[in-house]
Amino acid sequence: MSKREDDGCARKRKTEAGYKSEACMNPDSPVIAAFKVFQQELDTKHDKHERLVKISRDVTIESKRTIFLLHRVTSVPDVEEILSEADVKLDGVRQKIGQIAEELRGEDLHQFHRAFTPGIQEYVEAVSFHHFIRHRTLMSLEEINARLVFMRENKGEGEVAWTGPSVLTFQITPIDYLLGVADLTGELMRMCISSVGNGDIDTPFQLSGFLRQIHDGFSYIGNTGPYEVSKKLHTLRQSLGKVEDACYTLRVRGSEIPKHMLADVFSSRAATHVDPDEPMV
Amino acid sequence: MSVTEMFSYVQGFLSADQDIREDIRKVVQVLEQTAREILTVLQSVHQPSGFKDIPSKCLKARELFCTVRNHTGELKTKFPVEQYYRYHEHWRFVLQRLAFLAAFVVYLESESLVTREEVAKILAIEVNREKGFHLDVEDYLAGVLIMASELSRLAVNSVTAGDYGRPLRISNFINELDSGFRLLNLKNDPLRKRYDGLKYDVKKIEEVVYDLSIRGLAKEQEAVGDK
Repeated sequence: MSKREDDGCARKRKTEAGYKSEACMNPDSPVIAAFKVFQQELDTKHDKHERLVKISRDVTIESKRTIFLLHRVTSVPDVEEILSEADVKLDGVRQKIGQIAEELRGEDLHQFHRAFTPGIQEYVEAVSFHHFIRHRTLMSLEEINARLVFMRENKGEGEVAWTGPSVLTFQITPIDYLLGVADLTGELMRMCISSVGNGDIDTPFQLSGFLRQIHDGFSYIGNTGPYEVSKKLHTLRQSLGKVEDACYTLRVRGSEIPKHMLADVFSSRAATHVDPDEPMV
Repeated sequence: MSVTEMFSYVQGFLSADQDIREDIRKVVQVLEQTAREILTVLQSVHQPSGFKDIPSKCLKARELFCTVRNHTGELKTKFPVEQYYRYHEHWRFVLQRLAFLAAFVVYLESESLVTREEVAKILAIEVNREKGFHLDVEDYLAGVLIMASELSRLAVNSVTAGDYGRPLRISNFINELDSGFRLLNLKNDPLRKRYDGLKYDVKKIEEVVYDLSIRGLAKEQEAVGDK
């Protein structure tokens, strides 16, 4: 019986509330007017965030493709060709980062940082990988930032038209740079293993020296950095371990095993690269 | 630039960053302390005796807000103003609490919703991002939502203290707030989570109003006029 009473009052309450909220919905109410303003402000912010996430995703995809392309340098004769092809791709990525810079014009970079940080890290990884293949050094933060200066002409996109050409810069934060470099080490490890597969003996030793330097750098930073850095340090150690093991194997067994057989020592899939004309031992 | 140089540059950046965060944390700690003091002053309105001297409590809270203004002034000097969102997390919580306290004081005084401009003025900060240290709109809204739960509690306690008119006024106010929040398209973020709690506050107050109405304790007849 008491249950029925409860039901009754629930229904009544509902109608009462409905009536009330309708009465309050009059647009003259200062509260409603204020919330309309908040609605606009929040919507604008969310829209911008979504757009940035989308651009960031595109940047990630294109950067990943560039990295895949760059991995082919170990197995082709003309390295320069691939490098220039990657350059073109990276230019495309930079255009996209230009769009991010455009979105962030007059905004606080850190307010939307979470929306585009994955893309930027991937870009750092790709561009520094490219730089390493060409120059065998680590690309510095300034060098990366120096290439992220965009000249924008006055485009009639129907939106706000900016008067005259303007310079837009995008500054990668040191933390994004650091995380990108940490990812780079993974790529270098893969490059090391695959270059061994192709009978390249010098690259692994260069790579292990370079990776060791980076590892020392990360150890120097230690846990003063953000949480993600210490997480990546663990993966970095694993990569370094693999490369060092590869170099070790090369030293110990390199003189015993014919070069084309080294492939089998490191990975079975590299066996397809073995020249079939050479006699098997 | 060699690898070592590069890493020592980044390390320098990181330690400078940590120093700033350390400074901010110190000021925020003091701010939290003051916020707790204000809350303690305002909490006493829930006591039966507290209902009589709400104005004096509000006055006392307003005095404490002077200290808050000093601390926010100090906080502003601790970091470059254009990097507000880089360190936002450090003061987000306390700023929401302060927005709540300011909103609560203003409600107790005038039974109206505090505007974002008023909160900013009470805390001696800006409304627009361009002008400096400002009150983020989400923090303001979060503060308003905290106040809503405080008001639902106040409605219950005011009945206990024999003030039957107040729950009806609170009910109208909360309903208006609720329809305001309905206008917002919230994403799945902390603000949305907090907003989801608002309906329980609304329900609680409506139950109080219902209890009063069926017993004829409500003085304002129009609230039950459609019966």
